[in-house]
Amino acid sequence: MSGDHQTLALVLFSLFVALTLAITAWAGRRRRGTTEEFYTGGRLFSPMENGFAIAGDYMSAASFLGISGLIALYGYDGVLYAVGFLVAWLVVLFLVAELVRNCGRFTLADVLAARMRERPVRIAAGTSSITVSVLYLVAQMVGAGTLVSLLLGGESRAAQTWTVVGVGALMVVYVSLGGMRATTWIQIVKSVLLMGGTITLTVLVLLRFSGDFGQLLTTAAARSGHGLDFLAPGLRYGGDWTARLDFISLGLALVLGTAGLPHILSRFYTVPTARAARRSTVWAIGLIGGFYLMTIVLGFGAAALLGSGAVRSANAAGNTAVPLLALDLGGGAGSTGGTVLFAVVAAVAFATILAVVAGITLASSASVAHDLYASLRREGARRFGEVTVARLAAAGIGVLAIGLSLLARDLNVAFLVGLAFAVAASANLPVLLYTLFWRSFTTRGAVWSVYGGLVPAVVLVLLSPVVSGSPASLLPGLDFQLFPLENPGLVSVPLGFACGWLGTVTSREEPDEDRHAETEVRSLTGAGAV
Amino acid sequence: MEKYDGGGGAVRPDDPWYDVSASGWGAPAGTEARPEAAEVPPQAVAPGGEDEGASAAEIYREVRAGAAFQEVRGRYRRFVVPACALFLTWYLAYVVAATTAPTLMARPVFGPVNVALLAGLGQFASTFVLTWAYARHARLRRDRLALDLRWETQQLTRGARG
Repeated sequence: MSGDHQTLALVLFSLFVALTLAITAWAGRRRRGTTEEFYTGGRLFSPMENGFAIAGDYMSAASFLGISGLIALYGYDGVLYAVGFLVAWLVVLFLVAELVRNCGRFTLADVLAARMRERPVRIAAGTSSITVSVLYLVAQMVGAGTLVSLLLGGESRAAQTWTVVGVGALMVVYVSLGGMRATTWIQIVKSVLLMGGTITLTVLVLLRFSGDFGQLLTTAAARSGHGLDFLAPGLRYGGDWTARLDFISLGLALVLGTAGLPHILSRFYTVPTARAARRSTVWAIGLIGGFYLMTIVLGFGAAALLGSGAVRSANAAGNTAVPLLALDLGGGAGSTGGTVLFAVVAAVAFATILAVVAGITLASSASVAHDLYASLRREGARRFGEVTVARLAAAGIGVLAIGLSLLARDLNVAFLVGLAFAVAASANLPVLLYTLFWRSFTTRGAVWSVYGGLVPAVVLVLLSPVVSGSPASLLPGLDFQLFPLENPGLVSVPLGFACGWLGTVTSREEPDEDRHAETEVRSLTGAGAV
Repeated sequence: MEKYDGGGGAVRPDDPWYDVSASGWGAPAGTEARPEAAEVPPQAVAPGGEDEGASAAEIYREVRAGAAFQEVRGRYRRFVVPACALFLTWYLAYVVAATTAPTLMARPVFGPVNVALLAGLGQFASTFVLTWAYARHARLRRDRLALDLRWETQQLTRGARG
């Protein structure tokens, strides 16, 4: 990668950072320091704006570079990922978006606290939300470090370290100074940039093949080195039965996890009504669906135009497939077009990471301040304003995430995204659905459901080949592996549901019928919603 | 909404609101206009002077028992339950087929397009269609009723607390 790429990419990075800081300053200037303003940006975003922001929160660099890279290397098996990430939105649209908007104020725990005893459910839901957020955050930040050093050609550890520190510092600045208003606008800008970049590349790929998708597929299969197998499942996940079960487990976690991601749930509070929450989800599904369709074209396009071998030799995980494809589409290395397109793709990937980490940081600072701090604060202790606590929490989470990411930067953290989805699906989704739909659900059921999903998910990963017992593990020297799958979803999601049921049927307290009536009426009509 | 202005205080079984919900407005013509008062234990209705939270809770229970709310909830569930069963089954079948039956998925259909590609595109298509169908169903069949109920309920709870 020549110096031109790096210079232009750095200029575009800097422009984006300057733009986001300007947005933050603008949003911070008009802040009134209320919790409504900080967590929800005043609840007055339009469905279209929120739809773009949801898409911006959801489409990570892992999707943009990771899925198309996976397709470029393994063909059809990458498509399975894209499908899971999209279908998950039907769970959000049908069961979660409107009802959560009507029942809650800022966080997932608000919905549970509408029916249950407040303190235990807030502590439980706050803990699991922060766990999900930190896992997801570390995955994104380690990815950012690797990505920037790949794109800029610098393999130095210093560049990686400073990228992680810089991304962490920026996200803390966005969140603590700009709150939800700044975060939302950053996500909208990022969504527009990402969609624009993806559309441009897709059109260029299709033009190369004169719009003939069949021709594209045939060429991709021919140049992949796998022939027609490239267009069928099995190259990546078709090994032994453990590998296949592992993929089923991941698929389950993907489709059920999205509806439990705290940074996605908190987005529904930024619009005024449940109807607006529904319409923003419809916008988001349109954008996300279109985006994944295009990543499929880009993935097969990279295989067809570059060949899988060239993609693999540039980066074994395929993460540079799209930047290399951009270079080729622009006219090849050394050409002006290639340089510009490459730099644009690099800048878009960077913008994507910044926006995603800002959204997660905001959601986790809300969980700390609104759920944990409010529940654990000792009576009579000095009171800080909730927004102050949330700003401090954002800084604390930033420091924690930077520290963990620096520790983990030499490790393969791809499993962390799958794990974050698995924890969200096991700990957050069951309790949310039970609260909204099950009349007899009790506080004990809620608490058991959260911990019954959270603890098995984390413990099973610790006992899995991800952590020990295989050459690719985090601790290759040790072997305490007991659980064969890398993704715990297949076991921990049913456990989360089962524990919620068990806790409910064994609890001595009667379910609170009055508050269930209130929750049910509110969730479906919006009566009394803020 | 002037009919609520004169009342004030706690809701009584003879409150005009009962007439509204029992008339089944917005419900299909055949809906039986049951008096919801029968479902509420008489002693549960707060006499004057009892704490205000109880009467708000009472209102939510009465709204929930009302025909209008039952209709909204029924319409929501009658769409969402089958739709969820449908797309979750279809998605799980797709994932299981992709991992356990690769030869079936690799069967060519036309040109380079095989069963797996069609199934993948089918997942995208079904997601878009279900999204459209849900949004349309909610807009035409639920929004109006839910908004009316929201308005009614908020009027009542305001009266109860004030």
